[in-house]
Formats: sequence, structure tokens, C-alpha cells
Amino acid sequence: MRRPHDVGGLEAGPLDTEEHPSEPWEKRVLVMRQLLGRQQPPIISADELRRGIEDLGADDYNRLSYHERWTAAIANILLHKGVISVDELGQQMHVVETRWQQERAL
Amino acid sequence: MSTPQFTVGQRVRVRAVFPPGHIRTPYYTRGRVGTIASLAGIDPNPEQLAYGQLDHPPVPVYRVRFRQPDLWPNYTGHPQDTTIVDICEHWLEASDDA
Amino acid sequence: MTHNHPHVHPQQPDLEDAPFTEYQVMAQAMEELLLAKGLITAEAMRQGIEAMDAPNPADGARLVARCWVDPAFEARMLESVNSAAKELGLNLGQTPIHALQDTPQVHHVIVCTLCSCYPTALLGEKPDWYTSRAYRARVVREPRAVLAEFGTHLPDDIEVHVQDSTARHRYIVIPIRPEGTDGLTEAELAACVTRDCLIGVALPRKPR
Repeated sequence: MRRPHDVGGLEAGPLDTEEHPSEPWEKRVLVMRQLLGRQQPPIISADELRRGIEDLGADDYNRLSYHERWTAAIANILLHKGVISVDELGQQMHVVETRWQQERAL
Repeated sequence: MSTPQFTVGQRVRVRAVFPPGHIRTPYYTRGRVGTIASLAGIDPNPEQLAYGQLDHPPVPVYRVRFRQPDLWPNYTGHPQDTTIVDICEHWLEASDDA
Repeated sequence: MTHNHPHVHPQQPDLEDAPFTEYQVMAQAMEELLLAKGLITAEAMRQGIEAMDAPNPADGARLVARCWVDPAFEARMLESVNSAAKELGLNLGQTPIHALQDTPQVHHVIVCTLCSCYPTALLGEKPDWYTSRAYRARVVREPRAVLAEFGTHLPDDIEVHVQDSTARHRYIVIPIRPEGTDGLTEAELAACVTRDCLIGVALPRKPR
């Protein structure tokens, strides 16, 4: 089997060589993972993150952006390890979304 | 402490097995024969780190050089072009291929 | 228990009226939960972002320029970039970075086909194209065609060697010194070298 991330040698289209500096939220995701990797033992190591991204499945792997894949993988691992619960995450996502909608409405 | 099994210049074949799981040996190298270019290091095994298994001994990791015509049908570059891949020792076996 | 302290978590959507995605919400929510649980701190996040913004490809260019004027330094770079870089005041951390030396006969290109491992400690943020499926899929299979998309055309008699960064080792290219640069200072030489030269998709050029 060839897994979705293992793309070396496959056909693909032209490159987009334009620069797209990362957005602040994207940098925060990288730093968040880095901090989680500094615990002893790591809450999420770089290797665990890579595995988590690979395990997203072909649909999500191909549909999501690089930083969205990181976000999805981090969420899955934190849930799997019981660092956060599904319920906590759902509630906090609702809080954030509501806050941002309210801020935009002002 | 793992003693490296392969030496620089040795011909090695990448195991043609295709399990699921976290693997850092790309699909395009499986079953291919290359040459040991150098020992990159003796490092923790990413296949174990990826599952939170931290207590295993490190493994030798080799830079393995593959001739591009050996990897790709109808390769159109220079015949001496190569791709070099860092591969853990347990993915390699000695090859008699010249 | 949810945590709604906008004054503690001042994170705004990146542009005030820009749409935000489900994943931005998820990322922000996780950050807030981790902060509330004391697993990360706001100060560590701040320092991490500063540290992420610190590396600069110009530092890679300085290393290359030093190689061009000092063969003994280049020899030390070929042993270990992390070690040699300390001589220029750079602390590149624990992840080993190796230098691949171009010659008039051989040109190197760096990729990570499996994810996009990159020498971030030296070069900073990865270019989007480096993480793209197109680059990762094609550069091992047809490096010259990929380089051509960057405007880089190699003579047919040069060998191309693609390094796939599949383990914990990271790589940079030491390109060859371009023609017509004999009189240049080291700083002027460094100005010839871009980030893309250190990845191998571009060749150094004397700025006009």
C-alpha cells in the first residue's frame, strides 16, 4: 500500500512558486506543538505529529492545508491521550467561534 | 548500542514490504537496490517514537544512493543522477546486485 | 468548564473582517484549553513565536560565502553545519544539519517527500511550495523539470542529486561560486545567495 502522504514519484501539476508567508494562527499552531514536545515525556513529539498527520486519511490529507493538517492531528492526539476531552474541545470551540463572531459584528 | 551492519559503498536492497503505520522509508524505494553513501547517524527509531515508545535503542541510519534510472522508468536526466534517501538499517538487506 | 477571558486571550482572527475557518477556531480553542490547564504558558508561546521568526536565510548565505573564501571553513561545514556555524555566531540547535557540496559536475537539491522536513533552525519558515504535493512528488522523479519552473536550467552534462530528508538529519546545499565574482567582498558574495540556492532550486547570481 502507498499511504496518502507518501507522494515521492507520483504525477502532479505545476508548482506555485509564489511566496505565501504564514498567518499568525499558523505560526501559533507550530509553536503550540513545539511546546507540547518539550514536556518530559513529550505530550506530542515531532514524530507523533507526523504520524498523526499521516493517519488523517486520504480525504482530509488531500483536502486540508498544511497547517490545518497539523491542527487536526494535534487535536486527535490530545483527545487520544486524554489531555483534553471531546466535550471540552467542543465547548471551547463554541466559545471561540461566538467570541469571534461578536467581535466581527462590532 | 547498535553496531552498523553496512559499510560505505555496499550495495543494499530496501525491503519490499508494505505495512501500515509510521514509516520513513518512502514507497518509491521499496524493493530497490542502492549504495550506502554514508552513515548519517545512530538515531532513535522514528517508527517507535511516533507511537510514544521512547525506551528502544537507537538504530543506524544510512544515506542510501539510488541511481535515478533504477528508480524511474524512462528517466530522462543524466544517467548518473541519483536520489539519496536516509533509511534505517532494519529496512535494508545486503544485495548481490552490482 | 469553559474559559472565556478575552482579555487574557487577545487573539483576534488574523484580519478583523476576514472569514475564519473551523480549523482556526479549533487551533485557538486548543491553545486556550492548554493555557487554562497550565500545560503551556502565554510567555512560552510569545517566546516561541519570536524564536520562530529569528532564523534568516541571510545567515545561510553568510555560511556559503565563508565557504567560498575559506576552504578550511568549508571542510568544517562538510563535517557539521551546526558546529561550523558557531564560528559565525549561529546556534542551530540539536537537529543535525549537513551541507551537500555542489561541484562543477554535480548539483544537489533538497526535499522531504514524506512531509516537508526542512532546516528551519537556519533558514526559518518553509516556503509553501516546499510543503506542496507537487514539489514533493515531482522533484525526486523529474528534478530538472521542477528546477525549470524556478527558472533554473542546468546543463545536460551536470549530474543532479536529490536528497530526500527522511530521517532526523537536515540538509543545505553549498552551491558553487558564480562566475564574475572575483573582486567581491564576503558580504557581497553572501548577497548572491538566496534561500532557494540553499535548497538547490536556484543558482547564486551576482546581483546587478
